[in-house]
Amino acid sequence: MAAPMTNDQSCFFALALGVSFLKCLLINAYHSTDFEVHRNWLALTHSLPVSQWYYEATSEWTLDYPPLFAWFEYGLSHIAQFFDKEMLVVQNLNYASPATILFQRLSVIVSDVVFFYAVKECCKCLREDKGKDLLGKPCFILTVLLLWNFGLLIVDHIHFQYNGFLFGVLLLSIARHFQNRHFEGALLFSVLLNLKHIYLYIAPAYGIYLLRCFCFTQSNADGSLQWRSFSVVRLVTLGTIVLSTFAVSFGPFIALGQLPQVLSRLFPFKRGLCHAYWAPNIWALYNIADKAFSILGVKFKLLDINKLSKASMTGGLVQEFQHSVLPSVSPVATLVCTLLSILPALFRIWHRPNGARGFLRCLVICALGSFMFGWHVHEKAILMAILPLSLLAVESREDARIFVILSITGHYSLFPLLFTTQELPIKIFLMLLFTIFSLTSLKTLFRKGGALLNPLEAMYLLGLIPLELICELVYPLTVWQKTFPFLPLMLTSVYCALGVTHAFIRLYISLLTCSDTTKKIKKQ
Amino acid sequence: MENWSLISLCVLLGLTSRWAVSFHSYSGAGKPPMFGDYEAQRHWQELTYNLPVHEWYLNTTNNDLNYWGLDYPPLTAYHSLVCAYVAKLLNPEWVELHASRGYESHSHKLFMRATVLFTDILIYIPAVLLYCFYFCDGSSKQKVAAAFCILLYPGLILIDYGHFQYNSVSLGLALWGILGLGLGWDLFGSLAFTLALNYKQMELYHSLPFFCYLLGKCVKQGLTGRGFFHLVKISMTVLVTFALCWMPFLSDPNQPLQVLHRLFPVGRGLFEDKVANTWCSLNVLIKIKTLLSRETQLFLSFALTLLFVLPSSIKLLSKPTLWQFKLTLVNTSLAFFLFSFQVHEKSILLVALPVCLIINELPLIAIWFLLTSTFSMLPLLLKDGLLLPYVVTSLAFLFLSLYLLSALDRSTEEELRLGVYRKLTQRWLPKLNLSRIIKWKFWFSLVAMAALSFTSMWLKPPAKLPDLFPVLVSVLSFLHFLGFIIYFNLVQLMEPQRKKSQKKTN
Repeated sequence: MAAPMTNDQSCFFALALGVSFLKCLLINAYHSTDFEVHRNWLALTHSLPVSQWYYEATSEWTLDYPPLFAWFEYGLSHIAQFFDKEMLVVQNLNYASPATILFQRLSVIVSDVVFFYAVKECCKCLREDKGKDLLGKPCFILTVLLLWNFGLLIVDHIHFQYNGFLFGVLLLSIARHFQNRHFEGALLFSVLLNLKHIYLYIAPAYGIYLLRCFCFTQSNADGSLQWRSFSVVRLVTLGTIVLSTFAVSFGPFIALGQLPQVLSRLFPFKRGLCHAYWAPNIWALYNIADKAFSILGVKFKLLDINKLSKASMTGGLVQEFQHSVLPSVSPVATLVCTLLSILPALFRIWHRPNGARGFLRCLVICALGSFMFGWHVHEKAILMAILPLSLLAVESREDARIFVILSITGHYSLFPLLFTTQELPIKIFLMLLFTIFSLTSLKTLFRKGGALLNPLEAMYLLGLIPLELICELVYPLTVWQKTFPFLPLMLTSVYCALGVTHAFIRLYISLLTCSDTTKKIKKQ
Repeated sequence: MENWSLISLCVLLGLTSRWAVSFHSYSGAGKPPMFGDYEAQRHWQELTYNLPVHEWYLNTTNNDLNYWGLDYPPLTAYHSLVCAYVAKLLNPEWVELHASRGYESHSHKLFMRATVLFTDILIYIPAVLLYCFYFCDGSSKQKVAAAFCILLYPGLILIDYGHFQYNSVSLGLALWGILGLGLGWDLFGSLAFTLALNYKQMELYHSLPFFCYLLGKCVKQGLTGRGFFHLVKISMTVLVTFALCWMPFLSDPNQPLQVLHRLFPVGRGLFEDKVANTWCSLNVLIKIKTLLSRETQLFLSFALTLLFVLPSSIKLLSKPTLWQFKLTLVNTSLAFFLFSFQVHEKSILLVALPVCLIINELPLIAIWFLLTSTFSMLPLLLKDGLLLPYVVTSLAFLFLSLYLLSALDRSTEEELRLGVYRKLTQRWLPKLNLSRIIKWKFWFSLVAMAALSFTSMWLKPPAKLPDLFPVLVSVLSFLHFLGFIIYFNLVQLMEPQRKKSQKKTN
């Protein structure tokens, strides 16, 4: 009777189809200003010559993605005109007719096909487990963890962005490295960089890995570097691939002499250390420590209240957060911190590369390190660590544990993105769906070694439930809602920052100790 | 994975799709002066909150019965009253007498949607889960798959969360009744069903099978001994429940009559709008409404309904098993839908519930029926602006249920329960591959429904025939339903041996 459940292909198809239907149902849900951002880009790429793209400033949402993404929007705009021509007029600010909404939402849903394909390829890279039960196979679990990822669903299909398509390119490039098709992998990644430059954060992992494992064709028996095996041909080919991609993308703008203008749009350093809602990283903890010190200082008369800056005392969550006790943080300082945080990982894969899995681990650390220490980090950037980590989570117990902690806290920290009452049930349902699935399936997969989480971690994660109840149900009814409306947000980001930091440290420990375990697996 | 996590995943998916459908429009949104069912439900909250009980069903200065007067039994009124208390707490404007008429706002829509979700979680969803876990055969995965398909049935989701009604309450209570009977808790079952009947009078479609099943069971136990006591206990339960529900109206003898008059408005004619039943479809050829007198119409519909109801009811009386009970529920409610007086298009949900219950035994036919039932409500859904959720949920249900229940593989002649039929017709008809014919018919009818859906969305009907597409939809669905009632009767009446052999294996 269980005939249909044996076929992996049809199962993948059903999962992909199911999630697409769910996405279609969300077409009429709330969408953020990012919807207007992308509509504006459609309009400006459609109606203006290329030379104007990075100068146009009718809307406040100017084009701040690299050129290939602009070309992507340009391509979309040719289909968009069949839906509603009005959306392609630059002057029609905040235009959102039903046809526009339908088109933009469908464009996200359809472009996710790239993501589906990438997930399919990633599944092929897994060590195959000969389990009988389809629901217990790593391949099935990975498919669900990626296709039904809570963060992607709410960020792309409610909040509105094109992350699914971009992560599709990233995962595909990772899969190609797993399959030893390094040229394709490198090409895909350089394309990705030209689609959205936030992926620069993980570029160091790519650079070191390709140099060490691809340009050096051999290693010594103990895994250390063999200097003589360096292949110039490979390096030159790689360089050509990357440079030609950048030439295609930025070439026209260099020819027009617009490079400085384009770069100034891509890297706006005028923003503050933290986004309006603090991403759950080190700086959230730093800010709250500062606040705690200043309050304690005032209480014990160590600080003079008049000397403290206004913003920090009134506590408004303004973009420029003034630190009152601890030293203020400059962009350069965050850059140094980020680099310092990823350097050990890079050294590690240089000395003991540990194959594509070592590279993937390093990539996750780069993503997470930049999330922890970066300048003006968005909470959405956590997906850059969660999605690649899913691949590792289905293969080892320790990674599964890190994944559970990171995905639950990271996803919960996305809750403030959807602040409307209408979307409250849906985000809770979807979050529970993803969390229950990942917890139980990973627990069943690594049944042998006892509980996945230790009691303290379990307690911490359970603590998110009262936190949610307080932040979204109880607090809005209290009198403080009017005077301190930002307090729940602050609480959320600080609480989640603890979990993310914990996961980051665990990931580092696993990187520095992992080579032995993988060798064992290989022997088996 | 453990069972509990599979179940919670399936419930969460059901809830997600329900809430996602609720983002869309509701009936009569922004259409004064009468609005739609959404306003009717809000209006009942306003009435029950502000007026004394004895005025609820009466035309008074404060209660204009022509503007969405209360025409459901008392339990619906009490439910409205409870909702009204919550509404009063949240925003008194929502239920203010007279002043709140036609009130619409985003937060009010959220409130109304939340009340539907609440009752659904409380009544319908647990009943479905319990049903699947006690009465579906197969592994636990198959049980979850069946529950998932039932929860995803688009018709109910679209009407409750799109159009706006509380069908999950009445259907859920009826399902609790079926559960009670199936588990052998006859008193609990009759209590639940009586409550369902007091929530919506349309549950009368289901009452005959309940009656026959219980009577048949009592007869089996011996009407002179234990069976008689059992019958008395059941009737006492029903009577007491009824009395409790109607208590506030019993003080004045005119009151119950007035309520009954409101519940069964014979004066509204044989049918309204476009319904996929016999009368509306016949109307295309012969104008029955004008040809026949009101009394003849009543008599005709009564006679035909009785004719189609009797065989399966008698079968159930003689053989009160759960399987027969479910089939009788299907046959009786379908007969009522096709032939009785004053049928609404939404009443097809009453047939869909028992069909959902046989989705594990006859997957292909059940899926086919459920899709057709959703399709038959297309004109209504289009009017409410629910095109997108209609398309998405129907397609999702089609693909996922075909896949999860492996409906296409499980459609051999034996599994379609056509074995006896084959034996009977062997002599006169040439040998046909019935299974293949049915599959072809299934795909062909899907294509026809999809094509008609598309034309009614995109094309404008000719000026002479403004109702062309709704009529075509209802005639096409009627033809399907006619086929289904013949098929289900065949399955029920011609399958005595097979059931026995199955019992042995169990």
